[in-house]
Order: sequence, then C-alpha cells, then structure tokens
Amino acid sequence: MSREATLNKVRTALGRSAGQGIAAPPPVRLRVEAHLEAHLEAHLEAIGMEARIASMLRAVEALAGKSRRAATGEDARSYVGAVLDGRSAVASNAPFLRECGVVDLAGVQSGFTDAAALRALCATAEVGITSADYALADTGTLVMLASPAEARLISLLPPVHIAVVPKERVLSGLDELFTILPHPAAQTSSMVLITGPSRTADIEQILVRGVHGPGEIHVVVVG
Amino acid sequence: MSVAFDEKVHKTLADANLQLAIYRATGRLIDHRKHAVAATALPDYQELRTQANALKRHTIEHLDHYLEQFEANLTAHGGKAIYCQDATEVADFVLGLAKERGAHLIVKSKSMTTEEIDLNERLEHHNLESVETDLGEYILQLAHQRPYHIVAPALHLTRYDVGDLFARTLGVANETVVERQALIARAVLRQKFLAADIGISGANFLVADSGAVLLVENEGNARLTTSAPKIHIAVAGIEKLIPRAQDLAVFLKLLGRSATGQALTVYTSFLSGPRRAGEIDGPEEFYVVLLDNGRTKLLADPGKRESLYCIRCGACLNHCPVYRKIGGHSFPWVYSGPIGAIITPQFMGIEHEPSLPFASSLCGACAEVCPVKIDIPKVLLELRAEVKQAEERKGANRLERLAFKIWAWVMCHPRIYEMAAMAAASVAPAENGKWLRSAPAVMNLPPVRAWLSQRDLPPAPAKSFRELWRKR
Amino acid sequence: MAKRVSIFVTCIVDQLFPKVGLAMADVLERLGYEVDFPEDQTCCGQPAFNTGYRQEACQVARHFLKVFRDSEYVVVPSGSCTSMIAHHFHDLFPADEAAGDLRAADALAPRVWEFSKFVLEVAGVDDVGARLQDVVTYHDSCHALREFGIRDGPRRLLANVRGLELREMDAAEECCGFGGTFSIKFPEISGGMAGTKIDSIVRTGAQTVVSVDSSCLMQIQGALSRAALPVRTMHLAEVLASR
Repeated sequence: MSREATLNKVRTALGRSAGQGIAAPPPVRLRVEAHLEAHLEAHLEAIGMEARIASMLRAVEALAGKSRRAATGEDARSYVGAVLDGRSAVASNAPFLRECGVVDLAGVQSGFTDAAALRALCATAEVGITSADYALADTGTLVMLASPAEARLISLLPPVHIAVVPKERVLSGLDELFTILPHPAAQTSSMVLITGPSRTADIEQILVRGVHGPGEIHVVVVG
Repeated sequence: MSVAFDEKVHKTLADANLQLAIYRATGRLIDHRKHAVAATALPDYQELRTQANALKRHTIEHLDHYLEQFEANLTAHGGKAIYCQDATEVADFVLGLAKERGAHLIVKSKSMTTEEIDLNERLEHHNLESVETDLGEYILQLAHQRPYHIVAPALHLTRYDVGDLFARTLGVANETVVERQALIARAVLRQKFLAADIGISGANFLVADSGAVLLVENEGNARLTTSAPKIHIAVAGIEKLIPRAQDLAVFLKLLGRSATGQALTVYTSFLSGPRRAGEIDGPEEFYVVLLDNGRTKLLADPGKRESLYCIRCGACLNHCPVYRKIGGHSFPWVYSGPIGAIITPQFMGIEHEPSLPFASSLCGACAEVCPVKIDIPKVLLELRAEVKQAEERKGANRLERLAFKIWAWVMCHPRIYEMAAMAAASVAPAENGKWLRSAPAVMNLPPVRAWLSQRDLPPAPAKSFRELWRKR
Repeated sequence: MAKRVSIFVTCIVDQLFPKVGLAMADVLERLGYEVDFPEDQTCCGQPAFNTGYRQEACQVARHFLKVFRDSEYVVVPSGSCTSMIAHHFHDLFPADEAAGDLRAADALAPRVWEFSKFVLEVAGVDDVGARLQDVVTYHDSCHALREFGIRDGPRRLLANVRGLELREMDAAEECCGFGGTFSIKFPEISGGMAGTKIDSIVRTGAQTVVSVDSSCLMQIQGALSRAALPVRTMHLAEVLASR
C-alpha cells in the first residue's frame, strides 16, 4: 500500500523507526504589539488602535483598494449605498452587516443558506458585501473564515467586493493573527487572507485587475 | 555536454527579443524583491530566513512524524490523505475518483507538482477535460508549452503571441490589448469554474498540526478552483510540510516578498477539509495527494537533503545570471534555474543531464536570496564531484581526468610548475601587451579555442611575478 | 618592528598579471609590513575543486598548507582563492584524517585574508595615500561579495584615492561570467554574461574597471578587448599602489 511504502521509504531515508519521537520544533517568536494590561491607561490603547486603523486604511489604498473610515454603522451604510449606486448585490449573513443596516439597502440580497442558490446569485451579482473576522493593519489584509455567517463565494465571484469591519477586529499583522488564532482549522474549513484586488501580470508583466476575483475592493472600518 | 542542452541554450542566446524579455521580467522581480526585503520594509529579514531554514530542517529531518500528524488532522476534519509513490498513482487516483463520481470537467490551479507528473497529459483521452485556470498556465496549456519560470510561467510570450494563440484556439478575433486578452480568458474560465466537477490545486505548504493546505495566489483562480466544485484534490510533494499554523507567520513573510516583492499575495487560503456543518459553500469532498515521486531519494542524502527545503518562490531563478541568459526552456525538466539544477540530477540521476551541475559560475546569488537558505552552490559542487566520480568508474572523459592529474602533480612540485609555466609563456605571443584575438597553432587546444570564441586572451607577460620578485 | 605577512599571489597573477602581485606588495610595505613570498607556492586548487576533481584539489591543498603553515597572515589578491582556502579546504579533508590536514586547514582559515579586507581590518587603514586621475567603475567579484561581504570596503578605499572618480554601474553585483572552467565549458553563456557586464560598464562612461579578483578582470578585459572598447581594467591593488 502506498501509504506504508512512502512512510517506510521516508523512515529508511532518515534512519528513523515507526513511532519514534521527535525533538520539539524550533520556537517561532510571534511579535505582537504589547497587549496593554487592563490597568494601563485607556488612551494609550486608543492611540494604538487609531494607529492600527490608519495603517490598515493606508495599506488598502496602496494596493489600489478603496478604504473608508466610518464613525458609525449608519455612515458605513451610506458609503456602501453610494458605492452600490443601484447595482445588484449579494451580502453575507454576518450579524455586523445587519447591525449597520447594510442588508437593508436597495438591491441587496442576503440570508442565503443554500449553496446552489447562493452560487447562482454570486455568479450574476455585481457587488459582494461581507464583513470580516479580522483585518491585518500592516498589510491591509482582510481575514475571512468560512462560517454560517460568511460564505466563500461572496468575496470571490462578484467583480466588486465591499467589506465592512468593526474597528476592534483590526489586528497589527500576521503575528497577532496567529497568536489569537493558532488553530484556524479548529474553527473553519477555510480561512482566506485577502490583500487587495485580484490581479495578474502573466502577459508581458502588464498588470490587469479583476482576473479572476474582484477587481475592485472597498474596506470600511467602522467605529 | 548534451547536444539538446547546447542547442536550446544557443537558440535562446541568439534570440534578442527573448533575451530582452527574460532580462526585463527577471529584472523587475529582482527590484520588487529588493524593496520588499529592505531593512526599512522587513527589518528581521535575515532572522526570518534563519528561522525558516531551521523549521524546514526540523520538519524534513522528522518527515514521517509530520506526515502522520498531517494525515491524522486532515482525516479528523473530514479530508482524506492519498499517498502516491509516482505520477501513475496520482493519475490513477484522479481518474478513479472522476469515474466514480461521473466527473467530466476539472479545473486546475497552478501547481508545479502537477507539471512534474504531467497530470494534464495523463488525464487526457479519458473523457475528462482538465483546464488550467491561472492565466499564464491557461495560455501555456493552449500553446502546449511548459512553464518558463516557476512563478511567471508565460514570461517568454508576447501579447502578440497570446493574441495569435487565442484567435487560433478560442476562435476569437485577434486581440492584442493585454487587458482585453485577460478578460477573454476570464469569461471562458468563469464558465469552467462554475461547471467543474473537480478542482485540482497544488499546495504551497501542508500544515501538519491542522491537516491544512496553504495556497497563495494573486488571481483568485485557486480560490475558485477550491471553492466552487464539489470535490477538491490538492496535489503536494511530501516536502511541503511545516509543523504548525503559526509557522506560517515566518514563511508567509518570506514567500511573497521573495517571489514578487509582495508583502502578501492577494489571496492566501488556509484550507482544512471539506465544508463544515453550517458552512454554506465549499467542497463536499477534500483529498490531499501526498506525492513521493523520488523525494525519498533526496531525503536519503544528508549532504543534499536541504534541496527539499525549497518553497518554490523563484527568487533563485530571477537572480541567476545563467537563467537570465538561457531561460526556463533550456533546462531539461519542469524545474528550472538554480533549484532545477540541483534537484533534477537528484531526481533523474546525474546521467540524465551530466553537464547541468556545471552550467553555473557558482556566483552564489541564488544562495544569497533563498528564503530558506539552501546552499545551492554547495550542492552543485557535490554534484560535480559525483559526476566526476561516475566518469572515473565508467572510464569516461579520460583526457580531462588525466589533464587534472598532471595539473595537480605539477602544482605540488613548485620547480616543475615554474618550468612548465616558462615553457607555456615561451610559446604564447606577447604582442606588446595587446590582448590576443587568436592563438598560435601550438596553443590552439580546445580550452583555448573555447575561450577565444567569446573573448580575447591575455598576452603572456615577459616575466612572471616570481621572476620579478626575485629581482626586486 | 615590522609585522610580517606572507603573500599568496595566486597562479593567475603569478603567470598572467604579475603587476598585481607587485602592486599588492608595494601597498603592504607602505603600510609597514614586511612582505614574504614563499617560493614554493603554486595554486589553491580551486580549478580542480570546482570541476569536481576533489582528490586532485586535495593534493594541491595539502601542498598549500605545507607552504603557508608558519604564516601569521596570508594576504591574497583574490576573493575566490581566499574562499577556496578559508571555506573549502575544510570540505576536502576527511574528519579522521591522520595527517592533521583538517586541523591545519581550520587553523589557517582565519589567518587568510583577501587583500582589501586585510588593509581595512588588519592594517586598519582606508586611505593608503594613493593618487590616480581616472574615472572608474567597480565590479563586485562574486566570492568576495557573497562569501566575505566585501562590498563597501573597496569603495571606501577607492573614495580616498586622490583624483579618482568612482561611478557605480547598474549591474555591479552581477557575475561577470568567468566561473573558472565554466568560462570554457559554457563559452556562449559565459560570453553572454560578459556582454551584459561590459554593456553596464560602458553606460557609466568610466575609463577603467576595478575589482579585487584578477580572474574577473581577465574575463572582463577579454570581452572589452574583443568588442574593441577602450576601457581598461585594474586590480584594486594596482589602483592603491598608484601615486
């Protein structure tokens, strides 16, 4: 059986025996911004958060995405409405989108739990609207875990993707992500990091956006 | 030196447009990487390389353990590990599964491993359509060509090549605007994504503690390939393993930056199993093919085992002055550039293309940029020694061996060396210090002729250093 | 009391570019060193090692160790030869070698110095009082650059040469294409690489190309000469010996 054959060849090559233990893997030091203890000044934490949000928005813009700071859910809703501009949209089941009233905008359909129906809509919708589980400030990245609240195809099939994210979810970067989420597989079958609009430079290294994922992305940070 | 290799090299060097295309494309990637790993952008770049090397070393040294751990976690999340020893077993598995499920259409995302095993060719003629969805790979599939570069597969083609190709194979009008060409492909492939029964991807990393596959891309075709069809098959070499999800904090900081200068590629997908209960979409079946295909051979050699650390970033190709001249298609296998030069002889045997380890000036640019610190020049030197040992055993290349034996003897006998040097200097023309366009008949040996085919020879000075020193 | 240094001029300098060796000796003497040239020196063995003939390289390395056994410093006008001695001799001798060659090689390694590194780090000098009216460009020899980090050092030394203007070429760190036997086993590729290098040189408008390795300079000058370009090459030692 190929499983046994492969494992045997590996063991023989390494001079190891079945069930032999291993030394611990080299440690990886994840550098996270000093998590402020509860007793430290609240305003220092606010500055850290503001810096992070500013970095996130800047990074998104640097990737040719569009970013927006919305003070309230209502502001976020207005922005999304303006971006939609009458186009058809599919929104995820993220509670935050409902809180912001985004799902109530004209032309937005949401609440899908059936794969086939959702796919059919995603294939024709002009805009896909989601929240995000986290955002990474240093790279302008959205972190999306597949769940009953977030389907995969909404941020993938429509040519425009809008993500509306509460500010608390903005992390400093990968190190912090893997510190607070060391086992993504325990929670979801799919964690996707989205860093900017889809792009290719396969022909003469000339940059083309929107092949095959969304060519236009908007990141709205709320709060 | 094989005739085939020489011919391909000569053809590439003679093609001025191709030379320019290769030089420009690699030049751009060199620049992008430089900015992305600069001290201002990534202050702990060197430390990350050291960590990545240590993680890979540890994993490879304990590969059986991590394979089993990966398999256990994959299974626990509803996936299935399929060990395959070679290309045939992979094809048999895919064909078997396709038949069982009545599948007819497969979409593929970019995977060098599937190129390595000629998967598309093996799936043909079985009432199965397998479509490449990465734009560069799609173009190559239509053109029946191999990738030119690990990361930029269609590097060697112009927009005019693509326009002609699409017109010929897709029956569309000849379009030479790149944006429009991309949209043509997008439209065709969108239909394929949505209709496909099976999605086949590669894997940039296999995460042992999660039973997960990590995929990086910029287009979104890998996400579509692994999310739209009901079945997802990831094909991965067994060396792709890393121990923990958190180790990605090291590797992801190195991969994009080393390959294209991106801090992160547009999409990074961490996939562990078919869709979970409650999830709305995603595949219903998830298979990870764990491919050997000779990797256990490399594993068995502690001196060259580090060749398996490669994370396929392509940086060594971009920085290699030889690759930048001869391009990807001069290499005998799908893996080109410095990494191709060290793994090809190990997979195929050194007799496959014995000159390959010598087709390097050992400049070390590859080792300098390798994110996992593979000492490529060291492995090349080991392979060279192996080639010469094999030649000695077979009694081949006797003249060269004899020449070096004599050379070594002379170099160990200083007075003989001095006499030999004076004798050589006496037949070499001096010509008032001007460099020589040609050599006198007595000197016109093959090595001298080879030198003169490209550049002038230095004239022999009137006195050697030691003669001058004695007079000082 | 003058400190003593031995010089290993390298076979290519001995036979083809003797002025480089003389220049290096001049500079070292001016820095206050007594220069010793062990006459039994020949080669470091690199040509055999790089071509895969380890036994032959080992023999030559053994001879080298004998010749320089008692040298406190061995100064070498070549990054590639220094690398062979200081890094690769170690790979040539088996660990259980009864003759103690491995120990001798490891003991010698830290005493072997590429010339520019010796001037800057041992002599502790970045201005040797040289004078040369010229516009030069500097080629980073691969072994010097990547095995010893020799990049800023020669540029500092050149910056202090009176009358010298240093212009950077865009492909300074790209290999010239010599690579030892590579240059004759793969002449077309080697020639192509030389072509890229000399194009880069010409774009600077410099009249002279400088580097720390005579094998690079031989490749580059050979290509310049074939292309009938009036640019000349000089080893860093020759520049620093100029007054």
